[in-house]
Amino acid sequence: MVDSTILPLTLDGATVRKGGQQIVGPLALTMGGVGCSIVIGPNGAGKTTLLRLMHGLERASSGSVKWALKQSEVFTRQSFVFQTPVVMRRSVIENIAYPLHVRGIDRKIAIGEAEKWIDKVGLMKSTHKDANVLSGGEKQKLAIARALITKPDVLFLDEPTTNLDGSSTQDIEKLIRRARDAGTRIVMATHDFGQARRLADEVLFMHHGIVHERAAAEIFFADPGTTEAQVFLRGDLLL
Amino acid sequence: MNDLLAGLKSAFGLIIHLDHDLVEVSLRSLQVTVSAVIIAAAIGLPFGAWLSVTRFRHRRATIAILNALMGLPPVVVGLVVYLLLSRSGPFGVLDLLFTPTAMIIAQVIIVTPIIASISHQSMRELWFVYHDLLISIKTSKWQRMKALLWDGRRGLLTAVLTGFGRGIGEIGAIMIVGGNIDHLTRVLTTAIALEVGKGDFPLALGLGIVLITLAIVVNLAIHTLSRTEREGTW
Repeated sequence: MVDSTILPLTLDGATVRKGGQQIVGPLALTMGGVGCSIVIGPNGAGKTTLLRLMHGLERASSGSVKWALKQSEVFTRQSFVFQTPVVMRRSVIENIAYPLHVRGIDRKIAIGEAEKWIDKVGLMKSTHKDANVLSGGEKQKLAIARALITKPDVLFLDEPTTNLDGSSTQDIEKLIRRARDAGTRIVMATHDFGQARRLADEVLFMHHGIVHERAAAEIFFADPGTTEAQVFLRGDLLL
Repeated sequence: MNDLLAGLKSAFGLIIHLDHDLVEVSLRSLQVTVSAVIIAAAIGLPFGAWLSVTRFRHRRATIAILNALMGLPPVVVGLVVYLLLSRSGPFGVLDLLFTPTAMIIAQVIIVTPIIASISHQSMRELWFVYHDLLISIKTSKWQRMKALLWDGRRGLLTAVLTGFGRGIGEIGAIMIVGGNIDHLTRVLTTAIALEVGKGDFPLALGLGIVLITLAIVVNLAIHTLSRTEREGTW
């Protein structure tokens, strides 16, 4: 970790509108410190859009999204893991080393770093395989390695285990926990309660593009403050 | 039927005896088209990549025009290049008319849109997949183009080979700007036209078979060298 971090992130009245419809916001929230924030809510709640907005993949239609440091510095110090892993048509090791290549880091060092990460995520057997032949779980591990190789201050994950089986999910949660323990700020979207319970230090409950509730995990799961969250937690359909 | 058989026979004869004129004409065909394709690829591939990753106001119109240029009539291209290079034209001083260079220029104009358009098609699909990732990693435009060109090389090969196919069989433009001069600008296609005009159908057909064989050999060679259909998916 670097001394100064790009956190806190401040959203001030931020909205995202698409095709005349307000998908997210207006939101006012601050994201700082350490730990793992889980954005939870039903499908279409705007979780993905919120993450993309924070990361900068989505522009705010109104309001602002600000980091503690200058714009030019923040982009290189955060990573994003997509719901469907984006796999480049290259070998596994080249995929993982790619962000370092982009940053102009010496090839040998980049490959060496990538090898370490291949070890950490357990893809040793596939190092030189074409990345597209990996299974879904392996592809997501690759994506996480590629996201963490740059030692980001913040890691965004958008439902990274949605299409995965139990054991892959377990592996990936382990990686996420390890990253958090190493000091990376985690912001992750999921609609899976179990996962939220297992990983969250803090929960942001979203519905219809608004953060209805934000609370420490124990408090949220023991006693959700809003009716929407109560309905959702009970497992009833939230419309 | 007899003409066809005679054509086959004459083709074999020409190839087996390595007829001096045939070799010369074939090599010139290759020289002109391969040079043109290399230049066209150097222009068309980066342009296709640039077009994939760049959003600008008249992008759709540009793509439509590029696609339309794929069907550029070679005769018209030949005519325009002829007028440009002729003594009274703006580039007349270069004295290029009726040289292989003039033929290469004409073919570059014909082949570049093909390579640019087909490569753009394939890279656009790849960009659709890569878009979020490459923006998230904060790549520069040049890095994005590089990633598309490198990772999409299979599709680019198709684009280049299509351009080659179009160039090697092309006659309209090179006939006009080359002039089909023996030992100077005669290539396979112009030679075939000449022999047909003279009524020597077996020889014309023989040359035609050589032309087709040449195209197939070049395609196979490139596929073998680039190991497509082998290692992995690309």
